[in-house]
Amino acid sequence: MIESLLNCENAELTHKTQKGTPVVLSTRLRLARNLVGTPFPERASMAQRSDILSKCATHLSGLGKMTKGIFFEISNLSDLEKQVLVERHLISRELCESKQGSGVYIDKDQTCSVMINEEDHLRIQFLKSGFQLKNVWKQIDRFDSKLETDLDIAFDSEFGYLTACPTNLGTGLRASVMMHLPGLVLSGQMERVARAVSQLGITVRGLFGEGSDATGHVFQISNQQTLGEKEEAIIERLGNVLKTVIDHEVNARFKCLEDSGSKLLDHIGRAYGLLRNAHVVTSTEAMHHLSLLRLAVDFEMLPETKRADIDRFFIECQPGHVQYSANEGIEPDARDVYRATKLRKELASLPSLDFDKVTVLP
Amino acid sequence: MGENLKCSNCDSPATVHLTQIINNKIIKVDLCEACAQAKGVTNSEGFSLADLLGQSTFTRESEEQVLECSDCGLKTSDFRHTGRLGCSSCFAVFAPLLRPVLVDMHVGTCHKGKTPELALSRQSAFAHLEKLEHSLAKAIFDEAYEDAAKYRDQIKSLKECSETFEYSQP
Repeated sequence: MIESLLNCENAELTHKTQKGTPVVLSTRLRLARNLVGTPFPERASMAQRSDILSKCATHLSGLGKMTKGIFFEISNLSDLEKQVLVERHLISRELCESKQGSGVYIDKDQTCSVMINEEDHLRIQFLKSGFQLKNVWKQIDRFDSKLETDLDIAFDSEFGYLTACPTNLGTGLRASVMMHLPGLVLSGQMERVARAVSQLGITVRGLFGEGSDATGHVFQISNQQTLGEKEEAIIERLGNVLKTVIDHEVNARFKCLEDSGSKLLDHIGRAYGLLRNAHVVTSTEAMHHLSLLRLAVDFEMLPETKRADIDRFFIECQPGHVQYSANEGIEPDARDVYRATKLRKELASLPSLDFDKVTVLP
Repeated sequence: MGENLKCSNCDSPATVHLTQIINNKIIKVDLCEACAQAKGVTNSEGFSLADLLGQSTFTRESEEQVLECSDCGLKTSDFRHTGRLGCSSCFAVFAPLLRPVLVDMHVGTCHKGKTPELALSRQSAFAHLEKLEHSLAKAIFDEAYEDAAKYRDQIKSLKECSETFEYSQP
């Protein structure tokens, strides 16, 4: 069912990596919204859930980017298909486990997805590659305003947009930026940075959100609070913290090069050799070494044009993606062989590492 | 300090002393190490607000009024247990329980962001129309025909000026 998404050559997360974007991989904003007159999904009857699903799906089908989008009812997807969508950050793990009467609308280039009957009736998400908080806010704000021309959104002047969980009240806005932080991890500073940032009401999580580990040195950093501030203020506060994190990351990379340059270059060199020659590669291993190749691009040891490919492999080497493209039912051992074969083939054209160019981007 | 406080859970000597403000009431709890551990108070990753509020020792639920949402049937105990609201009508019902929770959770306790102007004006127009129709029916029943004519005209003009709105069924 989901082939068109995987074969799309214009998908935001896998094909739109911008040039010269060290540190920040992508920016994702989501809005939680509910409709008046029907209990929130968890307390709604099956009939009420179906009503909300068909009502929202109908409205979404005529809305802006979604006119060319695709709708999936979650109960019609296999576990593997759901996993692939989670790996592409198009649906949440919570939606996968939801009862009957849940769905997702995804636009053609996979920038926008709207989950129906997750924790709230509607969870609108916009995702763009690179560091684009303000731009993505403008887009999601416009889409959200169009949505309310047809749907009666639950709102209260005191509590703002009404959501099932009090942690989302007010704006219902969660802004999350995916960051590649090998410098901070390798220099042992990540824990300290995460702790400092959390004091400012900002959360640091692994690649796939709550409870996931930070494979590939990738972290999701997002705002914790949603009530009592304007959307623009939330975004600005998060943006300022992230700019500081970027500065720390860049400094940490410099310092790694200065203090233990040979060790760092050895890591990168080994990653390059391993990914181009190994015959059995687990997904964690792939993530770790791809992360070092991305760092090599930042150090200009590999051409900038290779950045987009590396970002695409980050997604395509995930277990669900490997199983899906190798056809279902492939055993874990065979998966690791399949992944290694794909990486060897895709990375065969990579030029050799230019170790003379070890200059960190400003 | 120095006092030989007993654990409010099991009468062992208490070594953990908690003071919390819940619903504007200062609640002091003394626990022994074992009970504190069992309740997750010493957990360095923090303990869930919902779980904490669910502990009868902390909240003294017997003193608390039991609320229930007439639309979705959510009760105080459900809210305490899950930490979630059940529908948009719950907020008016549970506001007194919700407000103190929001103080520590967010930057402020009152919404400052975007407002869904269009949806709200449509909702209030819809509510106004319902009220007028109710008044019209009452006026006809009371045989107050002058009033009825007035309400009928108001309904007519309201419907005309909001023709562009598609009323979604509640």
